[in-house]
Amino acid sequence: MHVGIAWFISVSAILFGIGLYGVFTRRSPLVLLLSVEIMLNACNLALISFSRYLGQQSGQVFALVVMAVAASEVVVGLGLVVAVARRKADLDVDRMTGLRH
Amino acid sequence: MTYDIVFVVASVVAIAAALSVVLSGNPFISALSLIANLIALATFYLLLQSDFLAVAQVIVYAGAVMIMFLFVTAYLGGRADEPTRERPVWQTLLALLAAAAITAEIVFGVGRQHFLHGPVVSDAFGAPQAIAASFLGRYLLAFEGTSVLLLIAAVGGVTLATRRPAPRGADEPGAFEVDRPERVPSLQSSVMAIETQFPVVRTGGGHDDEKADG
Repeated sequence: MHVGIAWFISVSAILFGIGLYGVFTRRSPLVLLLSVEIMLNACNLALISFSRYLGQQSGQVFALVVMAVAASEVVVGLGLVVAVARRKADLDVDRMTGLRH
Repeated sequence: MTYDIVFVVASVVAIAAALSVVLSGNPFISALSLIANLIALATFYLLLQSDFLAVAQVIVYAGAVMIMFLFVTAYLGGRADEPTRERPVWQTLLALLAAAAITAEIVFGVGRQHFLHGPVVSDAFGAPQAIAASFLGRYLLAFEGTSVLLLIAAVGGVTLATRRPAPRGADEPGAFEVDRPERVPSLQSSVMAIETQFPVVRTGGGHDDEKADG
């Protein structure tokens, strides 16, 4: 068995699928954010695999940008969760429909 | 051979930890499992000779970001738990279908390709110097965009998390389902109401200030 880029991409796809399942099924906004993190990291793994395969640093630079995006997303997401929790509202993504009407 | 063993162990850990994040009912366990998942991914990055990213992953992600997650989970306490309401079966089935479809698509698509061996790269491939040369050279615009994004996120985080004395519209129904007790008027607001009913005429205040300044 030779572990080539195809194996890394496959693991990345499996992780992405798990994260997607979490985003679709979970209700707690905290766990939703964690699932999105899994998906972002799966993308990072694919980017870095291709970066190594092509022998160029570009993929790693993109992966760093994705990390920064993920950090920003966590900051804003957790801020929203705390703000909603302070207003004594339910922490349930299906019930946060105040902006829909 | 060692390479293969490390890869298999890291994949098993990464996938098991990801499943634990998604399936665990306790958000604390989910967050801790995500840390294990991130460290397994850092192992992958090391296997791919991206040393700097592996270190950044452990320090930035598993360190800073996840600690913030754990703090918020602890702050929310039991309210962070998953709502116990039953979820419809079709939702689970469709989610499984979507996840399986996208995973199978990529895995089969990649499996049919004949990838060559990647080029042999020097040890400096994933070193900070090489990444800095790309980041501050060819991808300078992305670097600047990232810094602006981080600034916006920091300001947004502070804005969202600051406790305001009386947010506008907080007492109006609508934004969220709020069940708060009737607010008892405080002494200060009563005094202010009386003052607006009988305005007190103040004279000479501004004049005194001017004299003090002069």
